[in-house]
Amino acid sequence: MTFKVVHYINQFYAGIGGEEKADHRPEVREGMVGPGMAFQRAFGKEAEIASTVICGDTYFNENLATATSEIIAMIEKYSPDVVICGPAFNAGRYGVACGAVAEAVSDRLGVPVVSGMYPENPGVDMYRKYAYIIETANSAVGMRKAVKPMAKLALRLARSEKIGSPKEEGYIPMGIRKNMFTDERGSKRAVKMLVKKLKGEEYITEYPMPVFDRVSPSAAIKDITKAKIAIVSSGGPVPKGNPDHIESSSASKYGRYSLQDIDDLNSENSETAHGGYDPVYANNDLDRVIPVDVLKEMEKAGDIGSLHEYWYSTVGNGTSVANSKKYAAEIAEDLHAHGVNAVILTST
Amino acid sequence: MVKEIEKTGLPVVHMCTVVPISLTVGANRIVPTVAIPHPLGDPSLSEDEEKKLRRKLVEKALQSLQTEIDAQTVFD
Repeated sequence: MTFKVVHYINQFYAGIGGEEKADHRPEVREGMVGPGMAFQRAFGKEAEIASTVICGDTYFNENLATATSEIIAMIEKYSPDVVICGPAFNAGRYGVACGAVAEAVSDRLGVPVVSGMYPENPGVDMYRKYAYIIETANSAVGMRKAVKPMAKLALRLARSEKIGSPKEEGYIPMGIRKNMFTDERGSKRAVKMLVKKLKGEEYITEYPMPVFDRVSPSAAIKDITKAKIAIVSSGGPVPKGNPDHIESSSASKYGRYSLQDIDDLNSENSETAHGGYDPVYANNDLDRVIPVDVLKEMEKAGDIGSLHEYWYSTVGNGTSVANSKKYAAEIAEDLHAHGVNAVILTST
Repeated sequence: MVKEIEKTGLPVVHMCTVVPISLTVGANRIVPTVAIPHPLGDPSLSEDEEKKLRRKLVEKALQSLQTEIDAQTVFD
């Protein structure tokens, strides 16, 4: 028997276009498209990609609920045995789309799903509880390496085989605990682990502690008309010409730029360095990314105490969590040094 | 970035379009915005109307900064 597969991809991998086409509405095409070919090769005769559902990343993320419903309706028509989403690598919006589709396929259709993402993709934290997400490289360079375990797991799911641990199958842990039998009782295993730990040897915990990476909210501003407000952005707003050459993705730096002589951002004095979304709207009027015009007016009118003399900018696109943290820590230090009281942080 | 700055004691309002990402990342004060490529504007509006829209969003952001919260809050 040949299993039926439906594949979900974005507008880029479907060859429809880049960011200028990211508002592409959901459509379905018969058979395989783009990366589907590699999956089909990996499936051999055992499974066939019956159809490919395509949606623009921006359309999906801006219309999460309706886009999901439209796509589920398209997938349902083909009654697949298994659904493949992506892989999305480190593309944030694509990862969210793949995760949301995966959750809905599993929830509403009861069909198993496999996706693939880089561990820092926001789609991982949002959806790993609901879907098998194979760990991939951070860019499409890792396509071949991603397809193999994704296709393998998809076939195993289609055959209703028992799925092994995240480590055995290559998927990102879903946070599920399973009971199992072992030869040694718990106390013995615990002592063995402890001895290894004391010796400084490597050991594998049976229950990794969850990481709660949360920060409690800071106190509110009592009197906004006396507060100094600063602008920070991950949307890549920079002075015209991008003087620090902040990269359009995986930014290796952030910039600090003066607002002293600027009351209004326009296509003459500023632009965005950000890749991964259509920059036209930002380049025509950067106030659409950081609201300098409005805040300057409010400063003059006394609605706020003052607007901090610099804005801080980096590009969030594919930039690692470790780097973002580092930039933000340095920015925070500078904000405190300048007596800033509160921050407006915008993201694209 | 939001968390790293907030950790130092400054209140931060995150203005973004994809709210679920912001919630996952752990922003505490969130103001939903217009669209991914133009969070604080809407090119389909006249310049005047667009600025009004932006002012409204900024006012909401400033309001959130003046609101005491003890958990993640989306200011719709």
